[in-house]
Amino acid sequence: MTPPPTLGAQLLNGLAAGLLLISFAMLSQRRTRRLIGLFAWQGAILCASTGLVAYTAGLRHLWFSAALTLLLKVLVLPWILLGLVRRLEAQWDTEPLINIPTTMLLGVGLVIFAFGLAQPISVLATTITRNTLGIALAVIFLAFLMMITRRKAVTQVIGFLAMENGLFFAATSATYGMPMVVELGIALDVLVGVLILGIFFFQIREQFESLDLHHLETLKED
Amino acid sequence: MNALAIARQSWELLLAIAMAPILMGWIAQCRAWLQNRSAPPLLQPWHTIRKLFWKDAALGDQASPLFRATPYVLFGTMVVAAAIIPSVALDLPFVWAADAIALVGVFATARVFMALAAMDLGTAFGSLGARREMMIGFLAEPALLMVFFNAFLISGSTALPSIVGRLSAPPFVIYPSLAFAGVAFVMVVLAENARIPIDNPATHLELTMIHEAMVLEYSARHLALVEWASALKLFNYACIGFALFVPWGIAPHHASPVAMLLAEVALVLKLAAAGAVLAVVETVSAKLRIFRAPEFLATAFLLAVLGLLVHLMLGA
Repeated sequence: MTPPPTLGAQLLNGLAAGLLLISFAMLSQRRTRRLIGLFAWQGAILCASTGLVAYTAGLRHLWFSAALTLLLKVLVLPWILLGLVRRLEAQWDTEPLINIPTTMLLGVGLVIFAFGLAQPISVLATTITRNTLGIALAVIFLAFLMMITRRKAVTQVIGFLAMENGLFFAATSATYGMPMVVELGIALDVLVGVLILGIFFFQIREQFESLDLHHLETLKED
Repeated sequence: MNALAIARQSWELLLAIAMAPILMGWIAQCRAWLQNRSAPPLLQPWHTIRKLFWKDAALGDQASPLFRATPYVLFGTMVVAAAIIPSVALDLPFVWAADAIALVGVFATARVFMALAAMDLGTAFGSLGARREMMIGFLAEPALLMVFFNAFLISGSTALPSIVGRLSAPPFVIYPSLAFAGVAFVMVVLAENARIPIDNPATHLELTMIHEAMVLEYSARHLALVEWASALKLFNYACIGFALFVPWGIAPHHASPVAMLLAEVALVLKLAAAGAVLAVVETVSAKLRIFRAPEFLATAFLLAVLGLLVHLMLGA
């Protein structure tokens, strides 16, 4: 029996597991508002885990990214998205392209793939966070899967943001985070991206009277 | 096995049998409070059982011996399960008699008898309930086994007392895989005990009921035993949950009588908390369509499988 890891590493593993749990909850959620709530929770866990890494590794710049995560992903983005959903009256997603149990099954397959992919890297790494790289990859894949299987524009954007969460988590777990400039840049990109996509939503609805992106597949109106 | 061990085991069993209806009463009370209704007394299930035992039993004239025997079989299997699960102490003789996989088998036995008895009289509702129950059961059982496998992987044993011993031993370790298993287990408990997202224990609306549809033909002492057995089933599931996820407070080997008493107090407190949580879950969730039930239970199964994967990945 190997000795149990330190309390910090245990807590971090627990938070990583929570992140994965929320990714699956998002995958199975049909209502857009609940999805946004789950996204906010994902941000909160991400913030806690970043703070924990900052504390255990003694890295000051990670405190800033934790604060940025809290501000942007827990408060601002969910608020913007909730406002958009209210104004677009897009509270229900239609039935996804693949039914939900099959999506979940695919998700488990993706998790196995991600874990297999991360295994050799985890063996090489020496950081406290090395075990969580597989989970970060799994979160990215699951968000990707959500973007693929959903029809509505709003849920696809939430999938995109969840993927960004996964990338951020991968960055903290693989290399203790990116340089501050890069992180600020990404944060700004995400914020501006959501604002622009919000405008797109209105345009799409104006054109097709629906947020179903399936309408975009035909080039001309017959 | 000496006389003292048997006496302790019997005391623990009597405690379980006596407390199971009270747990049902407590949940009903919590639900009533949460829904702004005036609550029934805590001992209401006991009064109901006593009243039913005084009545004369009516049996359908087509009823076979199986139909008559099933309430006793149900009650018996649930008592056996209560004896296997370490709810108060680890060194009781019956606790080591069977492992968790056999325990799932004991629950399956009860389910098969219940379904057969429901079909026995050939009424439409009985066989409808039985078919639904078997559908739920065949989905819930693998999920329950997967939840157990999470605990087996951590403790390296299939016996519940050694799992409890391993998990409750210091130092305190966080097992992320148990978080997944815990969520899956709550879902299985709701489905297996005919609680709200899957079945409504209070309804007699024909189209939605599962458990009630199966027991429609029972009356008097038979009905009392069936209801008592389902209370014991919920009690047993609660105790399994405590053994896997909050194993603290269960008396270790060679515990003094005082430690046993403390363990019993801890059990009562845990049951009170679990009952309140169950009432909250039932109050905030709406009943699912029956065809959403496979999705619900598939999610439970997948979460438990994820727990296994996370355990292998994080090595903790």
